[in-house]
Amino acid sequence: MSGDKVTKALLFLSSLTVLLLSAGIVLSLTGGAIPAFREYGPGFITSTLWNPTTGSEEYGALPFIAGTVITSLLALLLCIPMAFSTSLFIAEYFRGTRTAGILRSLVDMLAGIPSIVYGFWGFYALRPLLISTGLTDQGFGIFTASIVLAIMIVPYATSLSAEIIAMVPSELKEAAYSLGATRREVIFSVIIPSARSGIVASFILALGRALGETMAVTMLIGNANIIPKGLFSPGNTMASVIANQFGEADGLKLSALIAIGLLLFAITALVNAAGKFIIRRFA
Amino acid sequence: MSDTQTAEPVLKIEGLSIAYEPGRYAVKDVSATVKRNSITAIMGPSGCGKSTLLRAMNRMHELYPNIETRGDILLDGQSIFSMSVIELRRKVGMVFQRPNPFPNMTIYENVVAGYSLNDIRLKKNQRDEIVENALRNVTLWDEVKEFLYRKGTFLSGGQQQRLCVARAIAFNPEVLLLDEPTSALDPIATSKIEDLLGELKKQYTIVLVTHNMSQAARISDDSMFMYLGELVEAGRTETLFTTPKDARTEAYLTGKFG
Repeated sequence: MSGDKVTKALLFLSSLTVLLLSAGIVLSLTGGAIPAFREYGPGFITSTLWNPTTGSEEYGALPFIAGTVITSLLALLLCIPMAFSTSLFIAEYFRGTRTAGILRSLVDMLAGIPSIVYGFWGFYALRPLLISTGLTDQGFGIFTASIVLAIMIVPYATSLSAEIIAMVPSELKEAAYSLGATRREVIFSVIIPSARSGIVASFILALGRALGETMAVTMLIGNANIIPKGLFSPGNTMASVIANQFGEADGLKLSALIAIGLLLFAITALVNAAGKFIIRRFA
Repeated sequence: MSDTQTAEPVLKIEGLSIAYEPGRYAVKDVSATVKRNSITAIMGPSGCGKSTLLRAMNRMHELYPNIETRGDILLDGQSIFSMSVIELRRKVGMVFQRPNPFPNMTIYENVVAGYSLNDIRLKKNQRDEIVENALRNVTLWDEVKEFLYRKGTFLSGGQQQRLCVARAIAFNPEVLLLDEPTSALDPIATSKIEDLLGELKKQYTIVLVTHNMSQAARISDDSMFMYLGELVEAGRTETLFTTPKDARTEAYLTGKFG
């Protein structure tokens, strides 16, 4: 065999490994989830019961799906103004300046902070602050988790949006300037419309990260297996119920947790695919 | 138009120097005039400062940070540096090297983009009139009148460039600046643009940067030759091409460099 063919075969084998691994993960998740789905059927997704007492075991995923969706969407909502304005600052307003460079490094640094450290910060810094406002007794709950989650996804949304904004051709900006447009008009009439779908996609990808985020949320959400009743109510997310309970789970409960894992995987994959689809159409 | 008006220059460049970084001049002490209702071509090899000089005429060069400008440019006797850039750019329109219609706008919206970008409200019939006139002036009307509400980016390169000219003249500017407007176009599209410029000079004063000498010879009335940031020679195109005064102009025109 020639060197070329060997390289090709090796590359093919390594890519095949990745493919097999992901297929394996899906297979074992599905296999593990089967007992729970067989027991409860599609009702597993809509049931709000979570009763691990032997003999009257009953499991439903709705509180966790709700917790995940609510905290992630709330985090996205809080993230949008921060990330959008920061990306405009970096990629347009102060483009190429030292200030923008420093800000970009800081944003990248935020992305590198481990989840547990965010959780720690939320626990010891943010929680007391929220308690002192009088809005919450314990400081645990949906709102606390969402704030920390928002800060955690800001760097992803910011750097992606900034890249998209920087990709808007300078010819278009010059065309607008040559027609007498001001900086503000160029930003709002040319840059944002041209980059719109890419910016939307970057927020969808950030949402994808928020959905699966586990550690920091687990530390702050209050871990109550109920559908959250309000902004400051405790709740639980799909990722954090797994993190909290898998250690002592077996039988049907373990299968229920695996089923939640499979659902989370499916939701995240869908959201990421949507984001990538939009980005590809833009680029 | 009276003789005095014809004789009076539209643009008067006085001792203009432009540096992108301190001490490094792209344009060095250039003085020149641009006559009304004529085509003035600025020629020279790459990096000679011709685009910078053109961009200074509507202060587009100021988009670069830390730019240093000395000297003055007068538009109808008034310094362009004392006007608001917005007002100046409405009087001095610009067409770029590569066609750049706004991709998110229809053909119709592209033509009136100057108005919408500046938040100038027009009545529907006024807008229709501006669009039709501008597109007729660039000989694009018959080609696109059926698709006015389609995106401008589906047009061919030559049509897009004529759309960009229409966008620039929709404000009815005094001067139209063109920065190598045909360098991205095929020969047929190029000759359409050249014919168009010959027509447009009846209404506008045109300044054209080109590195295509034969284009300058074909369509311009006056020519400037720039080299290393200096204006080497300027005058009637015929005179400059047949009897250049400077050895560098002659070397360039005979293809010794460029």
